[in-house]
Amino acid sequence: MKSKLNLDFKVVDKARQSAANIAVETQKFVEQHTTVAVERTICRLMGIDGVDEVGYPLPNVIVENIKNNGGLNVGASYFLANAVLNTGLSTQEIAEKVATGEIDITKLPAKSDSEIRAKADEIAKATVARIAANRAKREEYLATIGEGPKPYLYVIVATGNIYEDVIQAQSAAKQGADIIAVIRTTGQSLLDYVPFGATTEGFGGTYATQENFRIMRKALDEVGQEVGRYIRLCNYCSGLCMPEIAAMGALERLDVMLNDALYGILFRDINMQRTLVDQFFSRVINGFAGVIINTGEDNYLTTADAIEEAHTVLASQFINEQFALKAGLPEEQMGLGHAFEMHPDTTNGFLLELAQAQMAREIFPNAPLKYMPPTKFMTGNIFKGHIQDALFNAVAIMTNQGLQLLGMMTEAIHTPFMSDRALSIENARYIFNNMRDFGNDIEFKEGGIMQSRAAEVLSKAQVLLSDIEEEGLFSTLEQGKFGGVKRARTGGKGLDGVAVKDAKYFNPFIDLMLKK
Amino acid sequence: MSSGLYSMDKRDFDITLDPKNMRPYGDTMNDGKVQLSFTLPMKADEVAMEAAKQYAMKMGIAEPSVVNMMDLGVGFSFFVVFGSCAHTIDATNIKVVKVESSVMGMHECDEYIKENIGRKIVIVGASTGTDAHTVGIDAIMNMKGYAGHYGLERYDMIEAINMGSSVPNEEFIKKAIELKADALIVSQTVTQKDVHIHNLTNLIELLEAEGLRDKLIVCCGGPRISYELAKELGYDAGFGSGTFADDVSSFIVQEMVARKK
Repeated sequence: MKSKLNLDFKVVDKARQSAANIAVETQKFVEQHTTVAVERTICRLMGIDGVDEVGYPLPNVIVENIKNNGGLNVGASYFLANAVLNTGLSTQEIAEKVATGEIDITKLPAKSDSEIRAKADEIAKATVARIAANRAKREEYLATIGEGPKPYLYVIVATGNIYEDVIQAQSAAKQGADIIAVIRTTGQSLLDYVPFGATTEGFGGTYATQENFRIMRKALDEVGQEVGRYIRLCNYCSGLCMPEIAAMGALERLDVMLNDALYGILFRDINMQRTLVDQFFSRVINGFAGVIINTGEDNYLTTADAIEEAHTVLASQFINEQFALKAGLPEEQMGLGHAFEMHPDTTNGFLLELAQAQMAREIFPNAPLKYMPPTKFMTGNIFKGHIQDALFNAVAIMTNQGLQLLGMMTEAIHTPFMSDRALSIENARYIFNNMRDFGNDIEFKEGGIMQSRAAEVLSKAQVLLSDIEEEGLFSTLEQGKFGGVKRARTGGKGLDGVAVKDAKYFNPFIDLMLKK
Repeated sequence: MSSGLYSMDKRDFDITLDPKNMRPYGDTMNDGKVQLSFTLPMKADEVAMEAAKQYAMKMGIAEPSVVNMMDLGVGFSFFVVFGSCAHTIDATNIKVVKVESSVMGMHECDEYIKENIGRKIVIVGASTGTDAHTVGIDAIMNMKGYAGHYGLERYDMIEAINMGSSVPNEEFIKKAIELKADALIVSQTVTQKDVHIHNLTNLIELLEAEGLRDKLIVCCGGPRISYELAKELGYDAGFGSGTFADDVSSFIVQEMVARKK
């Protein structure tokens, strides 16, 4: 692809190198720590599911048993494998007995470290094989029934009731949607457990539960067969249960996951130490499961100005790229986020948006970029809103975006009606078809508005990254350099669930999934 | 379906404006023209088209034209309908409840506080309950403000504390006590299943239980909040879409002065 923007790739390389150094520094911290969420994820991946008699998830029961006895730093793999060796029971049976108080897994006689490690690996391998089979199943679907062209049309359902969501999702798929995201109920990111079973009550969205994943997966497979396109399912692994949701998604063949620690830190006030540790494991799982992750840079522009702060989006994309690579997640699964959020009254705003979208395309050529629609300046004037969405779609097709989250003309009014979604899909399909090869047929004027804009944003991003490299990521976040939001290293939610790993600690899934 | 580009119908209605019997306006006074769209749980066919037409008639629309029908799949269809609405409204007898204060700009407001209150005032804001949206509270409070209206943080005479999103009502009140707040402002964006009503009501109940309600000015805002709704829920004022930091600050300072008298 010939550069339209005439970007200075020496600056790109420099920025990328700074981001790589930032990731290396942060990774040192990550590798020394574990969290309650990481350990609950290990429980799930070792076969524990379900709830106790008061509805409390068994993975939480186990991890609390371990934590209350001072064993969090040794980890769930160790205690679970040791318990299996001692009792001959399955991990699920052990969890049920811990819930009733029959067993305390931290008080069982310790088998030898090598026996424990071997048993944990044996249990882990069965789950890893199941996830690999899910990945193969997706690839088989893509090879047999196929998929829609990029940009994938990505819509959300958010009724609060999984069965109603199914109707909305199947309708959207018939209208042409390629990706269905089931928005989570408001506040789920702050729950330190994952609810259980099928749910029909949520606010502004539907609980992410493994059963809900299963119900929607089945519905989308059915409608996918009918319309002759594989329909991808998206959910949100962010917040306090980030890696657990990644695990559930891997087990139920989700295809796309929002997965961004920076987003949680800035916009959900999740503690930065906690969520960066959680993010690493969740990205290892997503990478192995073939899941496309979405990062949340687009959100910066909902609080900060889209023109003044564009470079923070780019800087964050560079950092997210390096974090993903560390977790074995390839570029082809990096749905780096950005958004069309400039004030509609901006003179030549379209050119600036086009320059920025093209810039992301050229700097991350293999990433299926996730492009987010206008939300901040959507007003209730649905007629104008539909045109704003049309311009957004025009930029997307001209710059070959990967995942197009469709704007709704009723944004800022209500969660989408079935008809809102249909009109959005119609809008996008019209523009994508009508302008399909426009991007390939045009060049940008040398030294024009768009080339100058991209050069400016890139250069500011590079300077910011070199500052962060010097300062460290934690203190940058403390200073409020992203999204204009300041967060303290020891502030926010979830810090009490972080522990420094003991020498005995191991997580069998990291090695298996990174194929070490 | 539609009757062509130009209407050839003879008008059989009076075309003088009558404020006591007002009707919507398309291109001729009193033509009553309205446009609407809705979805019916029926597959798209002639029966659905007729159902849409009859439904529009039940809404008081004479001679509705169903100009577009779109199949939404899974047994649903979307319609666009035009027609003349039979109903009239007496526009001379409309009462609205609205904010009584006059709106001052940032500098004017700072001056007003200096002259009439004589100290910095403290305003604590948050998006409360499970609501994770900061867009509303940020628009009012952030230094930068929104659409050219500076936020409360930029005011010299206002100590503005933005607690962000998903703040439990209990913590919000705790902060208000700790900082000796003069006013609380609450943003609610998510309104599905009336979650905002429950949450807003809960805040007022907690304030009353603590004996704090009368000591504070309490306002709420959000895209689906009206002044009337806010009053009904026990708030001093409510700010809907199209209101800015100036509206909020002007109300609070004038209300503070009014209460002193």
